[in-house]
Amino acid sequence: MSVTVAKPGEVRHNYLNAGDTVLSWLLTTDHKRIAILYLVSVSFFFLVGGLLAGLIRLELLTPQGDLMTSENYNRVFTMHGVVMIFLFLIPVIPAVLGNFLVPLMVGARDLAFPRLNLASWYLYMAGGLIATWAMVTGGVDTGWTFYPPYSSSYSTSQVTLTIIGAFIIGFSSIATGINFIVTIHKMRAPGLTWFRLPLFIWAHYATSVIIVLGTPVVAITLLLVVAERVFRLGIFDPALGGDPILFQHLFWFYSHPAVYIMVLPAMGVISEVVSCFSRKRVFGYHFVAFSSVAIAVIGFLVWGHHMFTTGQSVYAGMVFSLLSFLVAVPSAVKVFNWTATMYKGTIDLRAPLLYVMGFIGLFVIGGLTGLFLAALATDVHLQDTYFVVAHFHYIMVGGTILGYMAGLHFWWPKITGRMYPEGIAKLTALVIFAGFNLTFLPQFVLGFLGMPRRYHWYPEEWQMLHVMSTAGAFLLGIGFILPVFYLLWSLRTGALAGPNPWGATGLEWKVDSPPITHNFEQTPIVTEEPYAYDNHHEPEEVFSGTGASTTKR
Amino acid sequence: MKGVQLLPEQASTFASQVDLLFWFLVAVTVFFTVLIGALVVYFALRYRRGSTASRAGAKETDLRLEISWSLIPLTIGLIVFVWAAKLYASAYGPPPENALEIFVIGKQWMWHVQHPNGIRENNELHIPAGRPVKLTMISQDVIHSFFVPAFRIKRDVLPGKYNVVWFTATKPGKYHLFCAEYCGTQHSRMIGWVYVLEPADYEKWLASGGEARPYATASGAGTMAGVSTASLKEAGEKLYTQLRCNACHGATDGQRGPTHYGLFGKKVKMRDGTVVTADEEYIRESILRPLAKVVDGYEPIMPSYEGLLNEERVLQLVAYIKSLESSTKVAEVKP
Repeated sequence: MSVTVAKPGEVRHNYLNAGDTVLSWLLTTDHKRIAILYLVSVSFFFLVGGLLAGLIRLELLTPQGDLMTSENYNRVFTMHGVVMIFLFLIPVIPAVLGNFLVPLMVGARDLAFPRLNLASWYLYMAGGLIATWAMVTGGVDTGWTFYPPYSSSYSTSQVTLTIIGAFIIGFSSIATGINFIVTIHKMRAPGLTWFRLPLFIWAHYATSVIIVLGTPVVAITLLLVVAERVFRLGIFDPALGGDPILFQHLFWFYSHPAVYIMVLPAMGVISEVVSCFSRKRVFGYHFVAFSSVAIAVIGFLVWGHHMFTTGQSVYAGMVFSLLSFLVAVPSAVKVFNWTATMYKGTIDLRAPLLYVMGFIGLFVIGGLTGLFLAALATDVHLQDTYFVVAHFHYIMVGGTILGYMAGLHFWWPKITGRMYPEGIAKLTALVIFAGFNLTFLPQFVLGFLGMPRRYHWYPEEWQMLHVMSTAGAFLLGIGFILPVFYLLWSLRTGALAGPNPWGATGLEWKVDSPPITHNFEQTPIVTEEPYAYDNHHEPEEVFSGTGASTTKR
Repeated sequence: MKGVQLLPEQASTFASQVDLLFWFLVAVTVFFTVLIGALVVYFALRYRRGSTASRAGAKETDLRLEISWSLIPLTIGLIVFVWAAKLYASAYGPPPENALEIFVIGKQWMWHVQHPNGIRENNELHIPAGRPVKLTMISQDVIHSFFVPAFRIKRDVLPGKYNVVWFTATKPGKYHLFCAEYCGTQHSRMIGWVYVLEPADYEKWLASGGEARPYATASGAGTMAGVSTASLKEAGEKLYTQLRCNACHGATDGQRGPTHYGLFGKKVKMRDGTVVTADEEYIRESILRPLAKVVDGYEPIMPSYEGLLNEERVLQLVAYIKSLESSTKVAEVKP
């Protein structure tokens, strides 16, 4: 196996210092540089979506809609959803961590189609700028779900422009998905069989399949809304002879699996991190790997549980309900396996592992509250209330974002060559965990009481719970701002990382930090199982060192 | 700031049953969250680097464990599925025969209610306790959703199609009515109150034409649209004559159109061989889009009334056609 380690004092070439002109970044086909482009762009859109969330929570401090008009409130929550889902949650882990790591983990020099990879970033930016343009020139007020006939025949906001933005972003997802599938199939290093792949790769493979199969459906569906809106083609609006429920079927056929597009990559991160900091192979590797595939397959068959109150037949409701309970099983299997991985491990409580523990707790709550919504009788009451809002934030923030934070900290030394500051990173993980729960636990109660989502005004007796939620949101906001500062600070002042500061297994840890442009000086040959921590030494002994301080403190 | 509310009221026969399932699920959620949370924290401390706890016998996988932690969630899931599905089927199955029939029209941004005897209400719904109530609902514009948290009942109100929901209120009182499907600018103001009255109070309310107010109206939350002089059926009869429906639809099946007498609830055979039950939805569709389903033996010649009748008027016609029983004597038919 090729091990490239810097000698003390030597400044080696790496992908970051391979060129410092703006063009060297904008025209790069290096998957690692494209990952950085994505990192900067998704962070920007996360900031936008977060500020919009702050406005929502400020407005809901009081029951009377007094901070802004209803028109503006509706635009704010719609844009919060559109930005967070299409521009942040869906791309965040695949396009940043996946882009950076998939070639490194399979022992390839780049993704299969480097130029397609760059094109995907340009498509993402084009879609993102169009959506931003729509936001600045009036915004959109349909909710991120774009339900017709409101979206097609009634709304006077920038529906068409926003949909065109989302449509274009869809192609960027598809490009990334195709790139991952081909790379994982065709570019694995010699000896890297399917069952020697890191679970991060399994998760990204399953995600890519969903992206490639699902995204075209939502893209065409949204385009049909535009066709109805602009050309008055009767597709969804009954006044034109259409069927509004047809839209909901097509929309959720993608948008339910989209939840798994968001959370499966996070699950991949969790497997890597929990294994490394327990210094133990992931428990039940095959079960964790196949549960990703099971989620991808069954996830395509449960969309009707978003439609139990539409007048869908009782029998159709039962089929979708049953399938929704089935899709919960593979997620449960993963959680149990991660927990068992920690059993009798040698646990190093680093910030990434704190995020993983937070992920497990929040994902368990998010998953189990999903059962309330898969069950027909309780869903009828809770559908379209704050219970649903709380549930999916537990999955998307508690799951996807905590998974991303775990991964970002874990691979930060690989990406930048520098260590993040451990103490404040741990503190931040705790702040995010506390702020998150304070924000969203009260929303479960609100939903059970009957508070409908997307309400600008609400009955006075619910104000206390909203005040708690808003307080939590600001704590959560602080938790997300802190890493911006300490991670940027670490770029100059962080300790030099060395190739493998965690003593982790996996090919990405066998190359320099940051890696050279072509990743490997020789094609690596894989001879061992994944997560072979038994064969590995403790981190501090692994160092050949770059002459700078190491990670132990 | 009013006091904190932590539990919703239970005011329908369905509510306590839903809550039982809800609390069971809460128990499951708390149990597994505490279990996993405690294990993760315990393992992190007990097996922290440097601790002397024995690591002997650590495994990489265990088939029996994998099978049991697949089967346990599956079993719990199946129990909840069956429980919830049975409950749902009982609540969302066909309404009881004796149900009180009321019509609801949703429009941006108000609820319009029509009682069979002609009483009309906006953003208010008066119903008796202890008797099943069936709501036949339609939207005049976008999708709305009829949601009464105290009843644990929600049903989308769609444009172009009747949706039916029924429930039996148990506890007299005043309950929130919300629109639960986002419907535009004033979505959060598309709210109202459901008044559940003791049967005697309800009779009084009916007799007074909706003027008797056993409960004070919340400030501006609802306004009475007043009482039309005719019942829904009578209004429909007038419209029926005015539109000359009876020119083609006579007392018996005629040359140009089938009779409406005894139509409601009957199974009707179409030209393409399909058999359709003549319910409210079928009658509405036949008025607005007559060519969608043409009765066997007839030519597709009926003109469409789409755009000529609003939902309120269609409801009146439906109510009238429903009332035409086959036993009605031919002599009563005025040509």
